[in-house]
Amino acid sequence: MEMDGRSSSSAVIEADSVSLQQSRRSKFIHQFTQQSLPACKPVLSPPFVISVFFVVGLIFIPIGIVALHASRSVVEIVYRYDGECVPEPYRSNKLAYIKDDSISKNCSKSLKIPKHMKAPIYIYYQLDNYYQNHRRYVKSRNDKQLLHGLKYHDASSCHPEDANHGHPIVPCGLIAWSLFNDTYSFSRGVVDLKVNRKNIAWKSDREHKFGKQVYPVNFQNGTLIGGANLDPNIPLSDQEDLIVWMRTSALPTFRKLYGRIEEDLDADDVISVNLFNNYNTYSFSGSKKLVLSTSTWLGGHNDFLGIAYISIGTSLIFIAFVFLLLHVNNPRPYGDTSNLSWNWKPISS
Amino acid sequence: MTGRRKKEIRFSRLYSFSCFRSSSRDEHSQIGQKGYSRVVYCNDPDSAEQIALRYRRNYVSTTKYNALNFFPKSLFEQFRRVANIYFLVVACVSFSPLAPYSASSILGPLFLVIGATMAKEALEDWRRMKQDVEANNRKVKVYDRNHKFQDTRWKKLRVGDLVKVHKDEYFPADLLLLSSSYDDGICYVETTNLDGETNLKVKHALDFTSSLHEDNSFQQFKAVIKCEDPNDDLYTFVGTLYYDGQQYPISLQQLLLRDSKLRNTEHVYGVVVFTGHETKVMQNATDPPSKRSKIERKMDKIIYILFSVLISVSFIGSFFFGINTEKDIDRDRNVKRWYLRPDRTTVFYDPDRSALAALFHFLTGLLLYGYLIPISLYVSIELVKVLQSVFINQDPDMYYEETDRPAHARTSNLNEELGQVDTILSDKTGTLTCNSMDFVKCSVAGVAYGRGMTEVERALAKRKGDVVAHDDGNTSADLQGKSIKGFNFNDDRIMNGQWVNEPNADTIQNFFRVLALCHTAIPEVNQETGEIAYEAESPDEAAFVIAARELGFEFFKRTQTSISLHEIDHTSGRKIDRSFTLLHVLEFSSARKRMSVIVENDENQLLLLCKGADSVMFERLSNDAQDFEAITMDHIKRYSEAGLRTLVVAYRGISKEEFRSWEEEFMKAQTSVSADRDALVEAAADKIEKDLILLGATAVEDKLQKGVPECINKLENAGIKIWVITGDKMETAINIGYACSLLRDDMKKIVITLDSPEINDLEKRGEKKAVAKASSASIANQIREGKLQLSSCEGNSISFGLIIDGKSLSYALSKNQEDSFLDLAINCASVICCRSTPKQKALVTRLVKKGRGRTTLAIGDGANDVGMLQEADIGVGISGVEGMQAAMSSDFSIAQFRFLERLLLVHGHWCYRRISMMICYFFYKNIAFGFTLFWFEAHASFSGQPAYNDWYMSFYNVFFTSLPVIALGVFDQDVSARFCLKYPMLYQEGVQDVLFSWPRIIGWMLNGVISSMIIFFFTTNSVLHQSFRKDGQVVDFEVLGVMMYTCIIWTVNCQMAVSINYFTWIQHFFIWGSIAFWYAFLVIYGAISPTTSTTAYQVLVEACAPSPFYWLGTLVVVLSSLLPYFLYRAFQTEFNPMIHDVIQRRRLSSSELETSRDLSKKTGYSVIIFKI
Repeated sequence: MEMDGRSSSSAVIEADSVSLQQSRRSKFIHQFTQQSLPACKPVLSPPFVISVFFVVGLIFIPIGIVALHASRSVVEIVYRYDGECVPEPYRSNKLAYIKDDSISKNCSKSLKIPKHMKAPIYIYYQLDNYYQNHRRYVKSRNDKQLLHGLKYHDASSCHPEDANHGHPIVPCGLIAWSLFNDTYSFSRGVVDLKVNRKNIAWKSDREHKFGKQVYPVNFQNGTLIGGANLDPNIPLSDQEDLIVWMRTSALPTFRKLYGRIEEDLDADDVISVNLFNNYNTYSFSGSKKLVLSTSTWLGGHNDFLGIAYISIGTSLIFIAFVFLLLHVNNPRPYGDTSNLSWNWKPISS
Repeated sequence: MTGRRKKEIRFSRLYSFSCFRSSSRDEHSQIGQKGYSRVVYCNDPDSAEQIALRYRRNYVSTTKYNALNFFPKSLFEQFRRVANIYFLVVACVSFSPLAPYSASSILGPLFLVIGATMAKEALEDWRRMKQDVEANNRKVKVYDRNHKFQDTRWKKLRVGDLVKVHKDEYFPADLLLLSSSYDDGICYVETTNLDGETNLKVKHALDFTSSLHEDNSFQQFKAVIKCEDPNDDLYTFVGTLYYDGQQYPISLQQLLLRDSKLRNTEHVYGVVVFTGHETKVMQNATDPPSKRSKIERKMDKIIYILFSVLISVSFIGSFFFGINTEKDIDRDRNVKRWYLRPDRTTVFYDPDRSALAALFHFLTGLLLYGYLIPISLYVSIELVKVLQSVFINQDPDMYYEETDRPAHARTSNLNEELGQVDTILSDKTGTLTCNSMDFVKCSVAGVAYGRGMTEVERALAKRKGDVVAHDDGNTSADLQGKSIKGFNFNDDRIMNGQWVNEPNADTIQNFFRVLALCHTAIPEVNQETGEIAYEAESPDEAAFVIAARELGFEFFKRTQTSISLHEIDHTSGRKIDRSFTLLHVLEFSSARKRMSVIVENDENQLLLLCKGADSVMFERLSNDAQDFEAITMDHIKRYSEAGLRTLVVAYRGISKEEFRSWEEEFMKAQTSVSADRDALVEAAADKIEKDLILLGATAVEDKLQKGVPECINKLENAGIKIWVITGDKMETAINIGYACSLLRDDMKKIVITLDSPEINDLEKRGEKKAVAKASSASIANQIREGKLQLSSCEGNSISFGLIIDGKSLSYALSKNQEDSFLDLAINCASVICCRSTPKQKALVTRLVKKGRGRTTLAIGDGANDVGMLQEADIGVGISGVEGMQAAMSSDFSIAQFRFLERLLLVHGHWCYRRISMMICYFFYKNIAFGFTLFWFEAHASFSGQPAYNDWYMSFYNVFFTSLPVIALGVFDQDVSARFCLKYPMLYQEGVQDVLFSWPRIIGWMLNGVISSMIIFFFTTNSVLHQSFRKDGQVVDFEVLGVMMYTCIIWTVNCQMAVSINYFTWIQHFFIWGSIAFWYAFLVIYGAISPTTSTTAYQVLVEACAPSPFYWLGTLVVVLSSLLPYFLYRAFQTEFNPMIHDVIQRRRLSSSELETSRDLSKKTGYSVIIFKI
């Protein structure tokens, strides 16, 4: 290695770094083929197990308490109206009532506010036993048509609500056709409560899934009227009811956002709900509910998450104690070689 | 120089038994008939007749595919797998409206998986093609129209071509030998590639062609060969050569087979008879029986279980779907779920034809729940196994420097089977021993010479409690400053010419003369140093010639009629040359067990020199017995007890008259053409080999390989049973057994033999039936007694060793006794079968394999072990001295027996563990995923709507979960190699199949079901109805899908993290990378236009990520679904630990610091021990 240091020092450094890289790579390959890569080898030793249980338990319980608190601090009013809103004579044949267009579907009810409700108060309608997740139903839409309108003629996926009298329907498909059409209005005393029905749909839906230039065409013109009709002069991207409805639910019981009341309601306020009970859930014995709910950082009222955290946390701590007790009372002599001896019996695992 | 010398020798004289053997007449009479129709026009391949026959060219192709048929053929191969057929059906159905998801999302992963497997096939085939191209383009000299020998490629060779092959070249096709560089048309052929035998075989040209010595003597040579059709029998060939109106019978003696090599002969001329695929070796090239591991066979069963789960789940789904659909329109034609328009529908949802709808829905279900079947399982396992094989091949601890041979996994199918071996069946010579013979002792005239101590003797002495004198024998070679291969003899009394001072100097002289003369070795004098090396048929023979040389009887020259020695003169001590005229060689054969030469010395005395096995030699000694006969017998017994191979050496003088009359008779026998010619020749030879005068006995040691006793000890500690099956004598076998600690002193020996006086009597009288009957009864009796011994010692910790000889074995292996024999044998700790034939080796292997139902491993090195290696579940070949035949037909080859320890205890254990965990985990992850789909179905009125976006699902097996499981299969180790070897009991986990037992498999499957339930029900219950964000948005179909899918990805990947024992950065990278990739995928996929991404559009960025609920939900669901397994493991490790748990804990608790320190010292890298 006799070398002129000054003249070739930079070259040497370069060569060094190259060879360093190479040696690093070959070292990796060596370690790889020899299966001797540096590794950590966790062992389920009692201290490890017990401390895992404790630590997880101790983290879970506070989370649970916070979550539970959040859920409990939500004020929620649920009013089931599908039965009540059918006039007495029709109670035995609700189907006839709902199908008869001549009967007024108007219905009102006073609700008492149990606790102070802070704005915004979200208004939901809740349907039961309604399979928006049915495969035929889910597939019965045409995303391209929703976005681009009539330019897309192929609406075979929308069958049988793809065309009417030989003309295509926009928006096509069963989902749009069965659009929910009950309406609600609220008043506190004599003053109407203003319901904000803008921005109830996802922003991405409004802007990217429903076309701004697409207007309803030939909608609800068939022999069988499904649900709500749409104003043919408003583009789909502004028909938020439709957008919310078309975002199908995951489970047969679901809520959908109807609007927001943007003023506080005090405890013991009485508000009256005036609703039009138009939507037919009677033929498949589904229920309809109106829900008013506030929301927290965690969303609406559901204790499940909090309880899950708390119960899993406590049971982990309990298990940790049991494990500790068993371990102390029944220590395993791991230094003993007897359990590695000749007469090793099979372990059922 | 050497060549010319050899040329002078008519070696045909040396091979009196085989050279003139002509096949019997009736076979030749078949020429021209069916099966014997081949016609070859020698040296005239361009003749119209030859061309009309359209024999194939010498082009050889061993590839499975070619460019044209690769695609269809390999696709077909792929779809022969059950699982792949299913996926093919799925792919077809996916184009119909029945499909729950888009066709492309089904086809994508299928193409990927099939493509990967096909790429692998293509790569393997390409390698084969390269080999073919190499072989096809080798050059050989072919006689062309210009009467010159021209270099031609092998593939251009035609039937009838005349070729010239030079020394150390391979024959390009099956050739008929015409002549060689030797006058008498002899040539030597090495057939290692064909049958693994390393000794040279002699081929012999027809007399009338053997004179064609020069290149230009073939101008006028035109002949026609009619012979048998191509077939795969390497040991027969019949044909007739028509030349000049004469007929000459030709046989295997004239046939040079492709892939064998010309040795010790300058060149040969031959005519191409069979070409290309019609050559015998290519006809023989069938694929070795393909073996599949137990785990893989079990895996198939699990796949069938999963298929039945799939079918029943689909059936349940379609049943309820049918009911729900039926109810959509009631009897009064009232529509129930009007929003589904059941009044205007296709057949798939028609309430009026609900049974049909249900039937179609069944197909949908098969597609939907197809995620229960892991599509990437096979390809992942194959990939993992290939990498595991790389580890085996690269292991420096299994690399043998001396021969430059690493371990080699010739198939990757059986890696995990290595971890489950229950019984090892081992050959002895060359496997346990080195198969290099050393001359160590001899007994001459009743005096035992040779002071060295063999390993066996040392073990023997140790057993007897003697103090072992520090071995001075073995160092003798070192003292002299050089070690001579094949010679490890040290005794001052006779070395360095001192034998002249011994009382029986004459006998000693005769003794070593016999060793120097009675053989078929050929000396090769190194021109520069003058040293002489010998080329002998067997290493034993070489050892004798070397021993004679070292003691002053240097064999240096062989001509066709004489053998010359340098001898040191009795009196003067000068070197003198002595020449003996060689009259006859009566070869060694395994039936005769002896060989003789008849020579005439310079005093015109005729001498018969003979050496052979003691069993045949003692009965041939003359009646006026030598007084040291008994002592010699005793010595022989002691030698064989010491694990040495013995031969008796004797001679006799023959009178001229006797010789002449005998020779006449012998020649007559030799030239006879009747079928029992062999018997006649043998009988004739018998007549002269009698009344011998005993000289002494030789003892040759076949040394134990390094580390064999330790290795066997380890393997026994691992609970592996070891059977040694050898051709040796019982005493030798027993003593080798002791030397390699297979038998121990505290063991009781059960010996089964037929060496009883009654049976010997019967045998002498030649009553074959009576012998068989008596033998059978005797064996049955001995087995019964052995069992009684066993049962009487039950409960004691006495172990038994069973020793059985070959003759007894043949009876014990008969139908009615094999069960009881097996019963006895498996209760013995070790079993030694001696004097057994190759066929018996295979039979014993089959018996153990079938009878025990456990995994057997056979290990051997010679061609005679091939049957055993192929029969056993795993065949391990020792790539050693006896050629590569065993290694070629084995599944794994190693250079030394001791590497078996590491191969089994380390690699076997790891591979078993990895593959079984990998398969369990594969099923777990697919069940966990598949069942969430089912639970969702139950909440979607079984309509067949998947809960997730199509592409989430199709990426599940390929991207989100496959890499960690491959990392598991490649890297996971429960304990390090050091601990695997330190605690061999760990190996029992594989033998007892603890990690892949049905309870464990079912357990993993149940775990999958539980995980799916926790994921589905926790998620759905926590999001029921209410909003999940501050802005009041509720969970819809898209969000729920993402939430559940996130939980699944986290769960299955964390489950992996919880269940593996070994985290390198690769594991971390794959596991956490897979999870990160899911999020990345969601972001990217969600950013694509909504018409493509549909339900995934912006779902993470807009809906889920800003919601604390989403993250908190994921945390609790994932942790809860990991809990069952973690709890089980925690309690099981604590209260019912498996062996690897115990070892891990000991590693951690006892010597935490020490372990880490010396591990890091050893490997040079710091080892992080997980520590709280």
